[in-house]
Amino acid sequence: MSLDKATVRRIATLSRIEVADEDLDAVAGQLSGILNWIEQLKEVDTSNVAPMTGGTDLKLTWRKDVVTDGDQVDKVLANAPDGHDGFFGVPKVVE
Amino acid sequence: MSELTSLTIAAAREKLAKKEFSALELTDAHLAAMERAKDLNAFITMTPDLARERARESDKRLFAGQAGALEGIPLGIKDLFCTEGVLTTAASHILDGFTPQYESTVSQKLRDAGSVMLGKLNLDEFAMGSANITSYYGPVKNPWKPKGRNAELVPGGSSGGSAAAVSAHLAMGATGTDTGGSIRQPAAFCGIVGVKPTYGRCSRWGVVAFASSLDQAGPMTRTVRDAAIMLGAMSGFDPKDSTSAQLDVPDFEAALTKGVKGLRIGIPKEYRPAGLSPELVALWDKGVEWLKAAGATPVEISLPHTKSALPTYYIVAPAEASSNLARYDGVRFGLRVDGKSLDEMYAKTRAAGFGAEVRRRIMIGTYVLSAGYYDAYYLKAQKVRALINKDFTDAFDKVDAILTPTSPTPAFGIGEKFDDPIAMYLNDVFTVPASLAGIPGASIPAGLSADGLPLGLQVLTRRWDEETLFRVCQALEDAAQFPLLPAV
Amino acid sequence: MGYIIKGEQHDWELVIGLEVHAQVMSKAKLFSGAPTEFGAGPNTQVSFVDAGMPGMLPVLNEVCVEQAVRSGLGLKAQINKRSVFARKNYFYADLPQGYQISQFDQPIVGEGIVVLDMPDGSTRSVGIERLHLEQDAGKSIHDLHPQKTYIDLNRSGVALMEIVSKPDLRTPEEAGIYLKKLRSILRYLGTCDGNMEEGSMRCDANVSVRPAGATELRTRCEIKNVNSVRFLMQAIEYEARRHVDVYESGGTINQETRLYDSNKGETRPMRSKEFAHDYRYFPDPDLLPIEFDDAFIAKIKADLPELPDDKQGRFITEFGLSAYDAGVLVTEKENADYFEVVAKGRDGKQAANWVITNLFGVLNKRGVEIADSPVSAKDLGRLLDLMADNTISGRMAKEVFEAMVETGKSPDAIVEERGMKQITDTGPIDAAIDKVMAENADKVEQYRAGKVQVMGWFVGQVMKATQGKANPAVCSELLKKKLEA
Repeated sequence: MSLDKATVRRIATLSRIEVADEDLDAVAGQLSGILNWIEQLKEVDTSNVAPMTGGTDLKLTWRKDVVTDGDQVDKVLANAPDGHDGFFGVPKVVE
Repeated sequence: MSELTSLTIAAAREKLAKKEFSALELTDAHLAAMERAKDLNAFITMTPDLARERARESDKRLFAGQAGALEGIPLGIKDLFCTEGVLTTAASHILDGFTPQYESTVSQKLRDAGSVMLGKLNLDEFAMGSANITSYYGPVKNPWKPKGRNAELVPGGSSGGSAAAVSAHLAMGATGTDTGGSIRQPAAFCGIVGVKPTYGRCSRWGVVAFASSLDQAGPMTRTVRDAAIMLGAMSGFDPKDSTSAQLDVPDFEAALTKGVKGLRIGIPKEYRPAGLSPELVALWDKGVEWLKAAGATPVEISLPHTKSALPTYYIVAPAEASSNLARYDGVRFGLRVDGKSLDEMYAKTRAAGFGAEVRRRIMIGTYVLSAGYYDAYYLKAQKVRALINKDFTDAFDKVDAILTPTSPTPAFGIGEKFDDPIAMYLNDVFTVPASLAGIPGASIPAGLSADGLPLGLQVLTRRWDEETLFRVCQALEDAAQFPLLPAV
Repeated sequence: MGYIIKGEQHDWELVIGLEVHAQVMSKAKLFSGAPTEFGAGPNTQVSFVDAGMPGMLPVLNEVCVEQAVRSGLGLKAQINKRSVFARKNYFYADLPQGYQISQFDQPIVGEGIVVLDMPDGSTRSVGIERLHLEQDAGKSIHDLHPQKTYIDLNRSGVALMEIVSKPDLRTPEEAGIYLKKLRSILRYLGTCDGNMEEGSMRCDANVSVRPAGATELRTRCEIKNVNSVRFLMQAIEYEARRHVDVYESGGTINQETRLYDSNKGETRPMRSKEFAHDYRYFPDPDLLPIEFDDAFIAKIKADLPELPDDKQGRFITEFGLSAYDAGVLVTEKENADYFEVVAKGRDGKQAANWVITNLFGVLNKRGVEIADSPVSAKDLGRLLDLMADNTISGRMAKEVFEAMVETGKSPDAIVEERGMKQITDTGPIDAAIDKVMAENADKVEQYRAGKVQVMGWFVGQVMKATQGKANPAVCSELLKKKLEA
């Protein structure tokens, strides 16, 4: 598996990580190297194997429907790079 | 190094109870050691004022006869655990200035047990690495040096700061987290004990997530007993973590005296890859002999899918990470690099905030989950993960514990293996399978290389059977007589 | 069917599927303990989990699971005893985690059905594809600052049920009726309050067209976040026409997400959705599968309320109502409950008439819900009683009702106060008849000569003499007797 520049650009966009055009080749090379190494899994016979989706065989625990949280706007915004009037600010979005 | 910093947790606990010294004196001795050993770069943030304040409170409780299990014991906290009011970075630029308004369950439990936090320990960025070289705050140095050479060695990773601090007697113990070996491998590189308990034993709440189905916190200490004491305080059901186990926490310390007589110890034949250091092969054989001498029976076992564990891990972990790290977007906390649009702000912030290895893993994870590739990569990896898990289930039908080396080599020099990600990934070849299966594992310092560097053996047991894990570890520790101080 | 768009080349028909996002009625959010109430100050109902802070983990609210199962049962749907939460990954400013916890290939509820009552008296069955649980995102506010968008996370993490219909709808009207019916069912179940203005029910419409009679499915466009039945119908109509125009002028429709602008009455592509999406769904490793047993379902089933379809059937058989009237009465549970109080032990048809014609007329005029009705069900029932026992006439009843609306007083009080009691006692009526007959001997003669039409004139005169209080039936009977004596 060798990734082309367009694919790397698409992955970078999906990941929201800016990659400069001049770096695309290098990144493509690194990612391709890892993917090639991962490809060896193809040799493993997994027919009729159910996927293991989590780290444990426990049962999910549920919470009661009780309000135990909230009312802490100062703490929620304490680390905001751009907090205003109880809101988080971001560059203007056009929908 | 003062006498106080050389004590084990168990010994310090007794002496504190007998008022041979105060918690404040104990903390001050460690703060002084930290100051002297700044060159190791083990801490990202030191919290001396907070430590002294908590030590004074410990002294009050000790005086009042209300001591907790770790009363007055100075510990380091890996900087992946969120600590209320104390900078938490995950060793990443992207968490610049992030001061959590909450305390992770594990660090809270340790605090409730009376321990004193000395500061926040360095690590690989977002716990992604095996040499502690990906930290935004610079690499950590291994306190051990090769005999006759003046080389700086890596402490292993990702809990490299934790391993170095404990090994260099800057802290009596430290928290680590292990996703694919991040407790066990640095413990082996720095000659200390590192325990990754069963997935679900310690709460993940408040621990910066790397790969949710693999991440597990555990203790890093200088002795097996200390690890048992510390794990006892860290463990337990947390209603805030859906994957934490609603099980009673066993008395791990009590298990230490039970010996290994009658236990069957599995020796997996697949754990002898090319590149495994002959010294480690010899040490492994010695470990088998020690356990035999203590009354255990070695049994050759097969874990046929061992070879597939690393590539499986390097699909599952980056996939989960690519999603877990999406929240670092410059909106609510941490670094923001401005952009003309929201998307530009995201892309610039994340490019500047994440280091090369983290960016690489996010992109690999994004790719393996993307349309058209999910089945070939992610689903396939989950199926192989099931096979690896079954390998262990089958093996534990025949044996009570498994003994292997912790890593294929001892610590290597800072600067080696840097430009080849896969060579770096191979460090975790022995630790990753147990992570995928969610079973408990520990690394025990068992000997020294010809270079005078620590070598570790790994013990694995069934899910929720940390008691057997501690019994085997104790037997190995008793036999190995490993020096408690690095030869500096 | 019958909804056809006339094109230049041929006739076109519509294929519509709806995805309805219904906010689950619960006190706390789907995965956190923060409250769900509407209208609080910005970011005041936010836990660290909802804000996507580092290290935060979701813990499932059991009531949200129950509500999803309850809704599934109300839609006569397959309930899946094992389902899985998956992460839907995308970046947006009001999506703090960078992913939405939703359900993908293993939803909690599978296929079901909703029956629509069409105005012509026919019914239409619309298939439900699935219902799944997911968390809501926060809110982006674009008009508070010239260069910035503001983010409020109060809604972030609130539980939603996404209810996906099969592409069974063929007309804008059907889509509207479906949405109203779904809303009615969920409100009966108490699983969603159906308040579209507050956003607790939102609708995405998938719209495509095809030549009439064709079976192919053409490219669809998704119109996002429509928040009223009227706008839904308008948006579908506009979008369908747009597709026809594009096809007929030789163009192609691109699959895209669009927004309905209710001011302009048109749809336009959403800019923020320009990028082709790749949501990279995968099972959420922070959560294990949702699992429950038959007993869990049975317990919820045992507590299910009577649903609109069943209630409608019962109203038809029990009260002899027409399907249409019964349908009108059951749409809102509060209306149905009101009607039942009025109808109990009385003439059901008459009760339905009064509720639908008179009461709903007043409510519509005042723009209030039945909960704020100026006339209580008990009082309206009492009014019917007063008619039934001849205390007042039908005409008087209308007057009394108006007074009830104005004053809020009971009908008895009004009748008493205004001396409106109908006279059924023959004494005063006899006297009045005698007086009228004595004063109008010519009319008496006419009647007796066979001109029986003057009877009406006599009744009118007697009523006038008794200020309208005479019971008309009693009055005519006595008159007849005396005139023919």
